[in-house]
Amino acid sequence: MQSGFFLLMALYGMEPFVELHDVTHVYARAEDSLPAVRSLTLKVNEGEFAAIVGPSGCGKSTLMKLATGLQFPVEGKVIVGGRKVAAPVKLAGMAFQNPTMLPWRTTLDNILLPLEIVEPHRSRLRRHKAEYVAKAEGLLAQVGLKGQGHRFPWQLSGGMQQRVSLCRALIHEPKLLMLDEPFGALDSFTREELWCVMRDLHAAQKVTIVLVTHDLREAAFLADRIFCMSARPGRIVAEREVGFPRPRDLDITYTPEFAALVHELRGHIAQARQAV
Amino acid sequence: MKTRNQLVMAPFIFTLGFFILWEILCLVLNISSFILPAPSTILQAVWEYRSQLTFHAMHTLWMTLSGFSLAVGFGLLLGMVLGSSRLINAGTYPLLVGFNAIPKVAVVPILVFWFGVGWVPPVMTAFLISFFPIVVNVATGIATVEPEMEDVLRALGASKRDIVFKVGVPRAMPYFFGSLKVAITLAYVGSVIGEQNASNVGIGNLLTRASAAFEVPLVWAALLVLAVLGVAMYALTASVEHSVTGWAQRSQMVA
Ligand SMILES: Nc1ncnc2c1ncn2[C@@H]1O[C@H](COP(=O)(O)OP(=O)(O)O)[C@@H](O)[C@H]1O
Ligand SMILES: [Mg+2]
Repeated sequence: MQSGFFLLMALYGMEPFVELHDVTHVYARAEDSLPAVRSLTLKVNEGEFAAIVGPSGCGKSTLMKLATGLQFPVEGKVIVGGRKVAAPVKLAGMAFQNPTMLPWRTTLDNILLPLEIVEPHRSRLRRHKAEYVAKAEGLLAQVGLKGQGHRFPWQLSGGMQQRVSLCRALIHEPKLLMLDEPFGALDSFTREELWCVMRDLHAAQKVTIVLVTHDLREAAFLADRIFCMSARPGRIVAEREVGFPRPRDLDITYTPEFAALVHELRGHIAQARQAV
Repeated sequence: MKTRNQLVMAPFIFTLGFFILWEILCLVLNISSFILPAPSTILQAVWEYRSQLTFHAMHTLWMTLSGFSLAVGFGLLLGMVLGSSRLINAGTYPLLVGFNAIPKVAVVPILVFWFGVGWVPPVMTAFLISFFPIVVNVATGIATVEPEMEDVLRALGASKRDIVFKVGVPRAMPYFFGSLKVAITLAYVGSVIGEQNASNVGIGNLLTRASAAFEVPLVWAALLVLAVLGVAMYALTASVEHSVTGWAQRSQMVA
């Protein structure tokens, strides 16, 4: 009976993929030894698009590092893909506000970089180069940069570099995509364009996505589930499922339901800020 | 277009102007060639002693390039080690700085105790004086990899070695080639100091002998040859830097 239930959950992709249980983290080099996050608990299901919003400095990036095994909690448990995280997870793609392209590589070679690290691609790359290049070019086309692979990153605009950075995060077909304020430095038009790119990538790749953002509209438009964090030391103060049907159009951001959701999130954040 | 041409011509015009001014001053003020010979007198001396000067200059060039090559190899290796390990970096930094602070002239006598008078002291002096900027630059280039870049790679399971070789080393190349300009100049100073104190050949040795014999024009001729050789070596490394790290001049990474 119970196994049937789990099978059902797996079929619907409802298995929790990222779990943090009562996690407290103190940076080794923190001057005041105040935790960056305390008693943080959250669950993101497989294939889900989760967003984490919270005031600046509340530990959102710390949460990313914990979930990818770049930092280890002093207390609590982090489980990714059913296994306790004790080393960098090896299956995550990451993108940050700063696109961090390598300026001596062409756009295409930047996208191929993860394949030089991750097995089995690492040992296959040389012999199956054409296959991987085709894949990278496919991704470039998906983010609206068809045929731009030969250019150097510094020949591209900030928005274009951020698209490339998304391609690089996805090239090795990661099971988990971690985005830390990826659109924070872009103007609002470019940002909305990239929301749509992100939405389509998620629909096409069935990857679990955790997006950290301080833009409530971004979270509401993209996510299936939104977590609000308190000020430092961060913990989850509210969790909200977003029921807008997919595929979503940018127009929904102008509906009253959307405005109500953003307003509600805003309330949580304001409360979280006052709590300190 | 015109201003571009002017920019290209400017170094030649200013250099020529400098020597013409010097010549005129010597003529007008009637300065004794024992105090300050006119450029024409120096050129005459260069021509007169040309075979001697060429022989010694070649030797100095050879000493400089040998010491410099050692410094490049050693500097790259040590820089890579220091750049990839924060512990080793912190531990050895005071030693390195202290060593670099010692004027290398003071080391030459020790080199003579160890190796005797000959080609080793100039090469060693050139090496010892010039590896430091290379080490510091390479280490800095590797150690300052953006933390985000490091996170991206570590989350893929990259080892420290992967990160150093895929990102750190290429990233350090502009710093490395930039430091070569400084290093070649220092190596040159080092080899001349070495030759002055512990060699029987080379421009440095020639300078010592010419000044002991009060052969003033020869001293000045040797200085002129030193200057020309120095400019040539500097220009060569600068052009290598320019051609190898073009991306760094266009991307904003290295200002
Ligand atoms: N490497 C570090 N060493 C010490 N303290 C850190 C480090 N990284 C972040 N912190 C601290 O932890 C807190 C949370 O940081 P972070 O997770 O980056 O916040 P956010 O991404 O939400 O803005 C901040 O107060 C910050 O100063
Ligand atoms: Mg952050």
